[in-house]
Amino acid sequence: MYDFAYHKPSSVADAVAARSGAEDGTFVAGGMTLVPTLKQRLAQPSDLVDLGGIGELHGITVSGDTVTIGAMTTHGAVAKSAEVQSAIPALAALAGGIGDPQVRNRGTIGGSVANNDPAADYPAACMALGATIKTDKREVPADEFFTGLFETALDEGEMIVSVSFPKPEKAAYQKFINPASRYALVGVFVAKTGGGVKVAVTGAGQDGVFRVPEMESALSSNLSADAIADVAVDADTLNSDIHASAEYRSHLITVMAKRAVAALS
Amino acid sequence: MPTVSMTVNGKKVSGEVEGRILLVQFLRENLRLTGTHVGCDTSQCGACVVHVNGDSMKSCTLLAVQAEGAEVTTIEGLADGDTLHPMQEAFRDNHGLQCGFCTPGMVMSAVDLVKKNPKASEHEIREWLEGNICRCTGYHNIVKSIQQAQQTM
Repeated sequence: MYDFAYHKPSSVADAVAARSGAEDGTFVAGGMTLVPTLKQRLAQPSDLVDLGGIGELHGITVSGDTVTIGAMTTHGAVAKSAEVQSAIPALAALAGGIGDPQVRNRGTIGGSVANNDPAADYPAACMALGATIKTDKREVPADEFFTGLFETALDEGEMIVSVSFPKPEKAAYQKFINPASRYALVGVFVAKTGGGVKVAVTGAGQDGVFRVPEMESALSSNLSADAIADVAVDADTLNSDIHASAEYRSHLITVMAKRAVAALS
Repeated sequence: MPTVSMTVNGKKVSGEVEGRILLVQFLRENLRLTGTHVGCDTSQCGACVVHVNGDSMKSCTLLAVQAEGAEVTTIEGLADGDTLHPMQEAFRDNHGLQCGFCTPGMVMSAVDLVKKNPKASEHEIREWLEGNICRCTGYHNIVKSIQQAQQTM
């Protein structure tokens, strides 16, 4: 790992200032992706701004029908949260299925969402539940936030403060894991709200997470696994790699989506 | 160079480290606490698991500076003098190790499990060990060890 200047601010304002004052700085949340990336010398930031000392970024609040999760809240904390378990059980279950217990004790929702790994779980939940990503400057709907592989709508130096999820009527997440990494080979999040049904897929798209309008409209008129049994995502739009071909991923999307619909609660 | 201070196994320690120094390097090289192992160095194998503020974490994927002010417990901090911790005793009783390389991480991970979920089922124990890899395939006896420690911890 190349060396860097290290900063540990105690407020959002100080973090943003430290980041903007750096030549080529980066924020570090839990570091579950960034630290391995630095070790492999795939990144060489001049400055690391550690968000671990900012109290206001931690915690979960439920207000009315909205669950708001601070950016530095760990996957373990979301999984164990009685509030999340009761308001959006599918979200608590998703958090409890990320990585392994030690990764969940360190990895954060803000880090995962900002990184937008094409195989990460949270982006699918954000898209299907219609989450809002709050930054130090603005609020961005999930549909406009995830813009490509490891790409988001975040500007240079902009940081996530929290993610708000409206409570759905029903939701479920099903993932087919890569047995080595536990990342999603394909993960499908299905959510039913007053506004209809949303289906978001992670792990498979060439541009990262995406929604499946054909499944959404089929499920909006008939919320059953049978309704999407014949709906397949075109393999030409999906990833092929050593773990799975695009055709296999296409097959898995329909299977995982059907399982998610059957598991809706 | 930043100075880092933390409490390791109940003792206050500090040292000057570059930002890029990992917690496991600080433990092993600065403090000479070599019980914590580095296996894969890619946060998968779990040989480096220690407790940071009461939670098990992979010390190969944490910068030492990120543990500033933390309470850290390593495998060396479990035993009480010559009396092994019940989890260590259980690993010995049940032959929960073969080569022993993964054992420090297995024990630290298992202690965290039993503290948080004392009645974990065999299935829950096996799920919890997802982040700890044993190349000698000693999982059966590791699970038995943890089940014994559930009675004695």
